[in-house]
Amino acid sequence: MTTVPVGTASDAAAERLRRPTRVRLLWFAASLAALALIVAASVAIGSRDVPLPAIVAALGGGGDGLDAAAVQTRVPRTVLALVVGAALGVSGAVMQGVTRNPLADPGILGINQGASLAIVAGIATVGLTSATQYAWVAIAGAAVSAVVVYTIGSLGRGGATPLKLALAGAATTAVFSSFITAIVLPRNDINSVVRSWEIGGVGGARWDVLTQVAPFLVVGLLLSLGSARALNSLALGDDLAAGLGERVALARITAALGAVMLCGAATAAAGPIAFVGLVVPHLCRLLVGVDHRWLLPYSAVVGAALLAASDVLGRIVARPAELDVGIVTAVVGAPVFIAIVRRRKVREL
Amino acid sequence: MSVVDRIRSSDGALARVVAGRRRRSARRRAILLGLGVLIVAAFVVTLMVGRTFYGPDEVLAVLFGRDVQGATFTVGRLRLPRAVLAVVAGAAFGMSGAAFQTMLRNPLASPDIIGITWGSGAAAAFAIVVLGLGGAPVSAIAIVAGLAVALAIYLLSRRGGLVGLRLVLIGIGVAAMLHAVTLYILSKAPDWEAQEAMRWLAGSLNGANWQSAAPVLVALTVLGPVLVLLARDLDALRLGDDTAAGLGVRTERTRLLVLVAAVGLLAFATAATGPIAFVAFLAGPIASRLVGADRPVLVPAALIGALLVIVADFTGQFLVGARYPVGVITGVLGAPYLLFLIIRSNRTGGSP
Repeated sequence: MTTVPVGTASDAAAERLRRPTRVRLLWFAASLAALALIVAASVAIGSRDVPLPAIVAALGGGGDGLDAAAVQTRVPRTVLALVVGAALGVSGAVMQGVTRNPLADPGILGINQGASLAIVAGIATVGLTSATQYAWVAIAGAAVSAVVVYTIGSLGRGGATPLKLALAGAATTAVFSSFITAIVLPRNDINSVVRSWEIGGVGGARWDVLTQVAPFLVVGLLLSLGSARALNSLALGDDLAAGLGERVALARITAALGAVMLCGAATAAAGPIAFVGLVVPHLCRLLVGVDHRWLLPYSAVVGAALLAASDVLGRIVARPAELDVGIVTAVVGAPVFIAIVRRRKVREL
Repeated sequence: MSVVDRIRSSDGALARVVAGRRRRSARRRAILLGLGVLIVAAFVVTLMVGRTFYGPDEVLAVLFGRDVQGATFTVGRLRLPRAVLAVVAGAAFGMSGAAFQTMLRNPLASPDIIGITWGSGAAAAFAIVVLGLGGAPVSAIAIVAGLAVALAIYLLSRRGGLVGLRLVLIGIGVAAMLHAVTLYILSKAPDWEAQEAMRWLAGSLNGANWQSAAPVLVALTVLGPVLVLLARDLDALRLGDDTAAGLGVRTERTRLLVLVAAVGLLAFATAATGPIAFVAFLAGPIASRLVGADRPVLVPAALIGALLVIVADFTGQFLVGARYPVGVITGVLGAPYLLFLIIRSNRTGGSP
């Protein structure tokens, strides 16, 4: 006679989300393969398609003039898309962990918009020019808006429910947009410079921007990955985490700082891009489960793949012009957001 | 205590209730009157003051249709339609915002935040930039799109009970998507139009004329009374669906009617002025501060909306350095309100 396993519903739910290491590694290999394919497509596809042999030739330093030129502009663009996508993916996963909120995303919570506003204000008032300056200012703006949104969202009964956080984020985003308009409208001189901070894109990627933003991304990534274990404890609730020996406030602040640095630096490099940080962690949780030590690296890979793929998609649908990647992610990501909202019980919102 | 005493004392309580109600009604009438006076005053000032000053006599002469050198064009053709559009669009935004906030029981859940305005906005941008339309067709397209988006949000969020919360969240998702679409459409505009597009996106009364003001006026006179008639049922919805149903309110029907009327107002106004930021968001809470939280807010909210837009437009045109569109002024006004929400909730511990 077999014994019937006794367990609560939450045990069963946790069981469904636990994955053997073999499965996790398999999915990791699969997403890396998908990433490689997307990278190849990103270099090949555009207003002028470049066949694979020509790409290889161009990367080797030779090849036909036009093809080589196309490849030369597309390689940094692709790298930027990968880096920004990875940063946003990890940032979203950390934010969802820190706030224990399935709808957390640097775009929806208005944090990217805060970074944008800070950059625009910096350009308009003190004339920032370098990407390093942008990154500092953006991270400061992101941090301030994260604190503001979280404060507004956690007021009143029930603390920071997903509903209140999302509403606070939407309202803050709208206020920040108004401020950006107010700063930019009377300034014809900076209008074209500032326009790229209204909607995110990777079109104007340059190597020097990438190298200047890279240190911030690396530090943010290390902070986030270092918080993975703490995030696992936090997922059990603050009391239990404290019981397990976690210093709850310190862990939260470290992880949040990592997430803010990542999304601030990503915004400094590519402008505000929403929904990547929302969609990616949800997708990854389906693949590898809820363990943040796996979830965070996965979110990096899948985020990179998603943003690069969105960029390619934007080049395909609007040929011979292109759609900014921020528009593509919004149009692709919003339905996922809606699906998540629809699937959850109202109580949990 | 004898029965008579009890009746007498309850009589006293009754008298106090009646007196309290009278006092509140009187206060409400006084506030409505005061708001009306302020609007008229602002209206007259915007007609008189500008690049050139015209005295009250000249303005009155123009209003009565007499021909005055210079003033007939400046006041009659430029300032009057602009002021009228400011008042009617502001009233439409304010009333519809208050209807949404009452229905969804959340001051943050105004139509500009949950995406309905962006439905009209994206469609109007498409009609103007891509199809090259103007005037009535743009309004028609904006209205159809606004209704379609509202209906889509409503249907998506109808999945077993408590439609309100989910509706807000789905609205936020839709708003983000439509905002991106609008930005894309506007980025297709030729460069010399980009500045103008940005103005429109913030909400602007530039280029107001009778053709743009008239549809909003008509919408307000038709849909405004509909909303006011529904106000009683709407207030009952604030008690929760079950209680409202218990009071004899047909909740689904009321919600749908309010949705259609409020979206209609919003769409007409958006088509004429662009999505003027935060008027719908600000008017309701300000109104309920003035008249009391448990009183009907639709009419005071409409008056506040009208006052906000006409004053903000005047401020944006003449009182600050650059000539800002009205939406930038109202949008920046939204920031202190958000802070105020924080402070007030900290004090009362209530749910924002």
